[in-house]
Amino acid sequence: MDVKWYLAVSALIFAIGATGVLTRRNPLVVLLCLELMLNAANLSLIGFSRMWGNADGQIFAIVVMVVAACEVTVGLGIVVAMHRRRLPVDVDELRELQG
Amino acid sequence: MSALFFFIAAIGAIAGAVGVVVLRNPFYSVLALVSHLISLALLFLLLQAQFVAAAQVVVYAGAVMVLYVFVVAYVGGGEEPVTPTGGRSLRPVAVVFATALFVELTIAVLGTGLAAIDTRGPDVAATFGTPEQIGELLLTKYLLPFELCSFLLLIAAVGAVALARRRRGMEDDPATVSVHDVFTMSIPSGLGSQAESVGGHLVAAPTASAERDVQDDPAGDDTGKDR
Repeated sequence: MDVKWYLAVSALIFAIGATGVLTRRNPLVVLLCLELMLNAANLSLIGFSRMWGNADGQIFAIVVMVVAACEVTVGLGIVVAMHRRRLPVDVDELRELQG
Repeated sequence: MSALFFFIAAIGAIAGAVGVVVLRNPFYSVLALVSHLISLALLFLLLQAQFVAAAQVVVYAGAVMVLYVFVVAYVGGGEEPVTPTGGRSLRPVAVVFATALFVELTIAVLGTGLAAIDTRGPDVAATFGTPEQIGELLLTKYLLPFELCSFLLLIAAVGAVALARRRRGMEDDPATVSVHDVFTMSIPSGLGSQAESVGGHLVAAPTASAERDVQDDPAGDDTGKDR
């Protein structure tokens, strides 16, 4: 398959993830949709890496996975802290950063 | 044959992505994301990124998703109401925006002047994307980013613990157990501890043990309730 097919799939997954981030209100699902967008970027990176025959893009994809893992860890920590403080687990209700 | 696998994996990945967004129960969303990640790993394999595909399945679909499942189970993840609680719904606007984003990305990618985008890429050696090559790159050319990644992971782990820990002052039972208490805590006999199972020495003299039990009980109760 040509590389452009992979890029089209990547664009579609990215758009689906963006839809989820914009429409869902549960912060857990918002984090999941962020994962979708990061994975779409990973697919593009690996597709371009294959296109140039150069493995540097795969290293970049691994770094993206590391950053995604960090983002998940901190995001889930925030969700657990919200739950502990009896705050509503809903991004619409959380309008201020003040604890 | 490669085209068949591509379409199977692509349809799986897109269906998983749609499932994450559409399903109401966060638990099912996590499961949909797992299937999405596995399909994506198949796409990575088709692009000759064996190591990244393996890491995707092991790290993402394995470890990170287990973390998600635990947090969903802890928070409860009730089904959110379909209609927003207040204000007008901007959901159609969001869908329009995402569609525009997709069209824009497609135009940007497919309308590019890259000639190689219509090819499968050059013929690469069979070692392309293997753990050997990735490991060599990580330890030579990309050594500094590799080390920075490890620091980033450490900082994120410490930050998550600091965020999710139970803060003092939020509750009114500031029960603290010191390290000394833990080490000097006596275990009642007959509980089947490892020391007993190997016939080792049991806890100290009965009188001291009884005293210690009385002292330790309130703290033990508090921690049981606390955590």
